[in-house]
Amino acid sequence: MHRLSTPPKLEVEIAGLHLKNPVMPASGTFGYGEEFSPYLELEQLGAIVTKGISLAPKAGNPMPRLAETPAGMLNAIGLQNVGIDAFCTQKIDFLNSISTPVIVNFFGNTLEEYIEVARRLSEVERVDAVELNISCPNVKAGGIVFGTDPATAARVVSAVRREVQVPLIVKLSPNVTDIRVMARAVEDAGADAISCINTLTGMAVDLERRCLRLANGTGGLSGPAIKPVALRMVHQVVNSVSIPVIGIGGIMCAEDALEFLLIGARAVQVGTANLVNPGAMAEIIAGIERFLAQRGIADINAWIGTLK
Amino acid sequence: MKDSITTILYNRQLAPGYYCMGIAAPEYPQLARPGQFVMLRIKQGYDPLLRRPFGIFRTGTLGLSNPGTAIQEELVTQDGMGTLDYIEVVYKVVGRGTRLMAHLAAGDEVGLLGPLGQGFCISPDAGGAMHDAVLVGGGIGVVPLFMLAQQLVGRGVNVRLLLGGRSSGDILALAEFEGLGVETFVSTDDGSLGEKCFSTQLLKDTLQEISAAQVFACGPTPMLHAVRQICVAAKVELQVSLEAMMACGVGACLGCVVKGRNHSEQHPEYLCTCKQGPVFDARELAWTPEGAAPGEDSICIV
Repeated sequence: MHRLSTPPKLEVEIAGLHLKNPVMPASGTFGYGEEFSPYLELEQLGAIVTKGISLAPKAGNPMPRLAETPAGMLNAIGLQNVGIDAFCTQKIDFLNSISTPVIVNFFGNTLEEYIEVARRLSEVERVDAVELNISCPNVKAGGIVFGTDPATAARVVSAVRREVQVPLIVKLSPNVTDIRVMARAVEDAGADAISCINTLTGMAVDLERRCLRLANGTGGLSGPAIKPVALRMVHQVVNSVSIPVIGIGGIMCAEDALEFLLIGARAVQVGTANLVNPGAMAEIIAGIERFLAQRGIADINAWIGTLK
Repeated sequence: MKDSITTILYNRQLAPGYYCMGIAAPEYPQLARPGQFVMLRIKQGYDPLLRRPFGIFRTGTLGLSNPGTAIQEELVTQDGMGTLDYIEVVYKVVGRGTRLMAHLAAGDEVGLLGPLGQGFCISPDAGGAMHDAVLVGGGIGVVPLFMLAQQLVGRGVNVRLLLGGRSSGDILALAEFEGLGVETFVSTDDGSLGEKCFSTQLLKDTLQEISAAQVFACGPTPMLHAVRQICVAAKVELQVSLEAMMACGVGACLGCVVKGRNHSEQHPEYLCTCKQGPVFDARELAWTPEGAAPGEDSICIV
């Protein structure tokens, strides 16, 4: 083991997309990028992943939408978003002002809507990749409906595949019996990469008021509480498919990210940590670099997937 | 807006269940505007995970001539300029986070993110003059009104504070307002201090007396609804400061939204309490006739 004379190389490649490092935000925790510009140099991120976009604007769920739980939080935002038209007119301009790759997360209520949003996004030059959300646990139509049955998932993936030329990342839900079956189904249907996991469906109870804490009843659990489950599922997916996997779930610090990379994730998404600490991703990138440098590892690709 | 780890200067109990925490906060006296808030990370580690939002009660600067406690003297001396900027947050113990917070002491560290959000808008009326200002506070809702009063008094505006609470123990900071020369009126639900009525009754009486007023209110949602109805009837302008549970405080999580005036399911208009608020012109919000809160449940669960 020796110390490096130059900083370790952090560049990774996912389905043809070149990232300067493997760290990006998880959709829904980073707005459309602009919200975090006072706290974080957006240029230093591997990529920016937007809030999920749908064809029409979406109001989302009633309040309360949040509940804190031990080492985690439940959210039931319900995919509130501005819709594809407003995204193209109001949000793209800011993203044009930076050079970081942009991954647009999107969803539909029906198969036709998925196809239409994908078609519209493929016309936007600034979109470097798309992330197909078939895993939001907080809406009845769309999202999870497409993400829990392998045949349905395959149908939406192959339909969207035909519409987009940029890399297609499919975001998987952990709320299934066997995530490996889902992973293989979307790979066979043409996905270029997989991101996992989305939140775990959960619930919180208010004893004093004798009611559920979230107006929606259930919500998605995120934060450090879910990291062990996420590691297990990412490990399973990595060993079931040959396309790259982006690891997500409770990453709060560089060591957490390095664990996901070690088990074979090509990149990671940071979610809840952004809400607690808006500068979290900068600290994680710096921490990864320091960790590799201290161990004399010159290239992050010599760390990824090297679990003994 | 800044995010830093900083030091607690003091954490005093004001009344049973209420505390005042002084926190070293460089540049806040210049940066913070009345009605803005901070997100505090009260403990390192993952439980509790989220920061908590707190209104800024006031800001100040200590110097070498008046450093106060030993901790403060140390921090003043360390500073190159020989000064120590700080903020005070006044909080009520209502849940796990604030219970933990009450046990913190001078010298302990907290994560401080802020100042955040849009504060009160202080502007002269069309004629260039300032109407008399009526500040309505319910319980802990008095917190963001103090800096507002300071600024209004500084501009020569007549300021009146109407402060309501359940009981005398829920009436805070009265002496501080009186020290500014603000005329104060108190009501309690049980009559243990001031008049036995809601603060909204005080508001009705006040607006009969002075018709050209602007009203600023912060308190529980039912109080804000009643205040708003009174202000609509009296045709006076109203700004409200809302409380909400928040995860991020910077407009990303969408967990603290309230419905805007033009909101509909087809054309959602949600406003983030943290970013577009916490202070809103009452006309910006959708107030439902049946009395539900703009955000349906804007109760601060800290």
